[in-house]
Amino acid sequence: MKYKTHMIITLARPSLHLSLLYYLLGLTILLLPLSVNSDTQTKIEAKSTKPPLTAVHEYVLDNGLKVLVKQDKRAPIAVMYIWYKVGSSYEQEGLTGVSHVLEHMMFKGTEKHPTGEFNRILAENGAQDNAFTSQDYTAYYEVIASDRLEVAMELEADRMRGVLLPPEEFKKELEVVKEERRWRTEDKPTSMTYEQFQANAFINSPYRTPVIGWMTDLDNMTVKDARAWYKKWYTPNNATLVVAGDVEPEAIHQMVQKHFASIKKTVLPELKVQKEVKQIGLRSIQVKVPAKVPYLIMGYKSPNLLTAKEKWEPYALEVLASVLDGGSSARLVKELVRKQEIATSVSASHSGYGRLPDLFTFSGIPAKNSSVSNLRKAIEVEIDKLKTQLVSNEELSRVKAQTIASEVYERDSIKHQASVMGFLESVGLGHRLMDEYVDNIAAITAQQIQAVAKKYLIEDGLTVAELIPQAIDPQKVHKPAPALRH
Amino acid sequence: MKIINLYLLLALVFFTQFASAAPKIQHWTTDDGLAVYYVEVPQLPMLDMRIVFSAGSVRDNQQAGLAMLTSSMLDEGAGGLSVDELAHKFESVGANFSAGSARDMAWITLRTLTLQQPQEVAVDTWLKVLSDVNWPEKNFQRLKKQVLHGLEAEKQSPSAIANKAFFKHLYGEHPYASPSNGNEASIKAITIEQLKAFHQQYYVKQNAMLAIVGAVSKEEAEVLAKRVAASLATGKKAADIPAVKPLEKAKTLHIPYPSKQAHIMIGQVGNKRGDKDYFTLYTGNHIFGGGGFTSRLMKEVRDARGLSYSVYSYFSPMQALGPFILGLQTKLSQTDEAVQVSNQLLKDFQNKGITEAELIAAKKDITGSFPLGVASNADIVQYLGMIGFYNLPLDYLDAFTKKIEMLSVADINKALADRIQSDKLLTVIVGGEAKATDGSEQKREKAQSKTKADPKPEATADKD
Repeated sequence: MKYKTHMIITLARPSLHLSLLYYLLGLTILLLPLSVNSDTQTKIEAKSTKPPLTAVHEYVLDNGLKVLVKQDKRAPIAVMYIWYKVGSSYEQEGLTGVSHVLEHMMFKGTEKHPTGEFNRILAENGAQDNAFTSQDYTAYYEVIASDRLEVAMELEADRMRGVLLPPEEFKKELEVVKEERRWRTEDKPTSMTYEQFQANAFINSPYRTPVIGWMTDLDNMTVKDARAWYKKWYTPNNATLVVAGDVEPEAIHQMVQKHFASIKKTVLPELKVQKEVKQIGLRSIQVKVPAKVPYLIMGYKSPNLLTAKEKWEPYALEVLASVLDGGSSARLVKELVRKQEIATSVSASHSGYGRLPDLFTFSGIPAKNSSVSNLRKAIEVEIDKLKTQLVSNEELSRVKAQTIASEVYERDSIKHQASVMGFLESVGLGHRLMDEYVDNIAAITAQQIQAVAKKYLIEDGLTVAELIPQAIDPQKVHKPAPALRH
Repeated sequence: MKIINLYLLLALVFFTQFASAAPKIQHWTTDDGLAVYYVEVPQLPMLDMRIVFSAGSVRDNQQAGLAMLTSSMLDEGAGGLSVDELAHKFESVGANFSAGSARDMAWITLRTLTLQQPQEVAVDTWLKVLSDVNWPEKNFQRLKKQVLHGLEAEKQSPSAIANKAFFKHLYGEHPYASPSNGNEASIKAITIEQLKAFHQQYYVKQNAMLAIVGAVSKEEAEVLAKRVAASLATGKKAADIPAVKPLEKAKTLHIPYPSKQAHIMIGQVGNKRGDKDYFTLYTGNHIFGGGGFTSRLMKEVRDARGLSYSVYSYFSPMQALGPFILGLQTKLSQTDEAVQVSNQLLKDFQNKGITEAELIAAKKDITGSFPLGVASNADIVQYLGMIGFYNLPLDYLDAFTKKIEMLSVADINKALADRIQSDKLLTVIVGGEAKATDGSEQKREKAQSKTKADPKPEATADKD
């Protein structure tokens, strides 16, 4: 399962492993802020005619905490995730970024475990831990030797309600988050372009704001804001706990009871719907920042699985994305990069697994002798082909073979398996969606792909952003380009 | 092509556990001279193969980018199949194929299902890439344009600029100084004949090792290894690479850039694979800047002062002395403070060493988390590549935690005192306006083209 979530922010230092080839081909790194693509998925409970191979044990505590346990004994390790249903799409204007700031503050101490203790105890037990925030959820995880899992569980239970949020720690951590924003977004031309693109593609959907928040909102954020946010959303009845690995489900059940059952459930705030107003014509913006290489993003309004009337449509858009960009034999790289040499890199993806409707997105870097407008035309030619000609059996067969192989490959990582379960649960789709995933993908026909191309890849639902490189002049350090918002 | 049946595949999944935390490695050499490293993992119906050649950019020999271009041409067509056909062959059976290179090494990988038909197609196609590259001139010209465009893109990344300058000034005349992705002049000058010659010399079985991980028996692995060996040309092992000379005095380089942050790299030459100080430096660095949230750098630079989101240090052991790097980013007005704090921490680290309490905590962290790093087939095949390429002992993984457990504070402090040279550091700062104090060095930097981020030069090699 390919689920895409915009801009997941991790708390820790970023990974240093960047592959040379990826960099050269311009794909992964330049587009990283666009979507963190977690190829997902494991099939656990097959349908009644197909006996389950390993089951997901699922239960809900009296206080509303949902618990999912999956046994995988390949290695003597366990992974635990706790997912809170809160993220940037829950935030109001003026308070953007508060979910992510709170995520940072969750490491800053409780009454029981003062500042610094959380990290010290986990390190002492050889755990790897981190956290991330997206539009729809905030998640925390620990990977740990399975016989030490309870150490991590005690800490997670403690910080569900017990975080103190000391003002002096908040002040320092807010500066860290601002540095993160500079590093993640402001010094990266493609990230700046993406942020502006997203803010223009949506008018009233909360998907318009960046997960990390606008700088002006960070400047004005107070510890009171973070405390109120914490109190409101961090409760057992707004959380999902996922445990996977070399564990016994019954023992986990008892452990969860012991540490979480005493936490009281609360009344959650009512969440307003905020349905995006219908787009009624092309939107187009320019972003002018110091840069060397132009960049194009095109996003078409598209349905998400949760709210789609026709449930097959998001799957058809996903298969369509794979026809265009599901490997080195897919259409975009074959046609635009290799044959026509219009693009140095180009990609397509559909975000259909969010809480709210999102976009089908194209992005790319035009080749040196080409231009953003040529690239856009070439992408539109590919879209027209999808509307007028049926996708070949060979392409469909390739996408399906890749989907099935990925199902197996993804079982190589228990962390990945646990994360899919938690994420599906948190956006409201439910982890059982995994069981149907391959069948749903395999059921998509060439006619359905044509139908969604005609219905959704239309100019009236399109937002286009173009990065127009400005001279890289060190003397202009303190003068933000006029196109910036802050 | 027949669609693979998922339910059939899942029937092949077994959730039994490894007997011990570290995988059991088997090693042999084929009759015709290819070194093989194999781990059987029967639980998932999949196979990973990785072949590693001593054919990284350290072999570029004044033609910066030669190794990288050679590697990048491998998927542009082979065995008479065009680039499109080759990609389709792999992808139609759900196989993943890739080729890459870094400073020391070049590698070609394959991941496939072990069902008969997909595995046969994937392996047959992979062998074509090993034995019979097409070298189409037209594709080569396009690839050069892509690489040149990549070099352009690097100029808008302050971190990439810093990285390139760091390697250049740290390594001086040594081939590690040269960027793996070349520079504009070198890329333009390289010809396809040079690629073929490079390939002929270095992509040979005597200069290679093969890692096999997955649901194949020893007998099957032996057959696979024979077929791989037979696909490779015969030649010679590559010559040793020159020794690295450490910097003789401290050096600071400021490169003006209109960024919000200063991107700071401080460092020196570090250690190599199989180094006598490998475990002491690894553990010492874990305490200093490698251990995530609990490291000294993280606690002081981020937690106590709020100066940076990301702050870290690492040794990147390579065939010759790889770099030791301390990196962070901070808003421009805090540049001096950040550099000063980092330098002081490093100085104390060298001169005062670590404490007993720190060592106890580090041992628990490193040994406790070790199983997490060898849990997947993807992890294991990477480790095999590293062990085979650098000729590390076969019990490297088994012995790893024991070696860490045995270390004393005195062992580590001696290694730090010997190997860290806090008075001879290279400091590279990218960001901010030109200053009066910027030397001629900096002007030269500006005039030249800068490129790519290669922060961990040996993606395969530095796993720990």
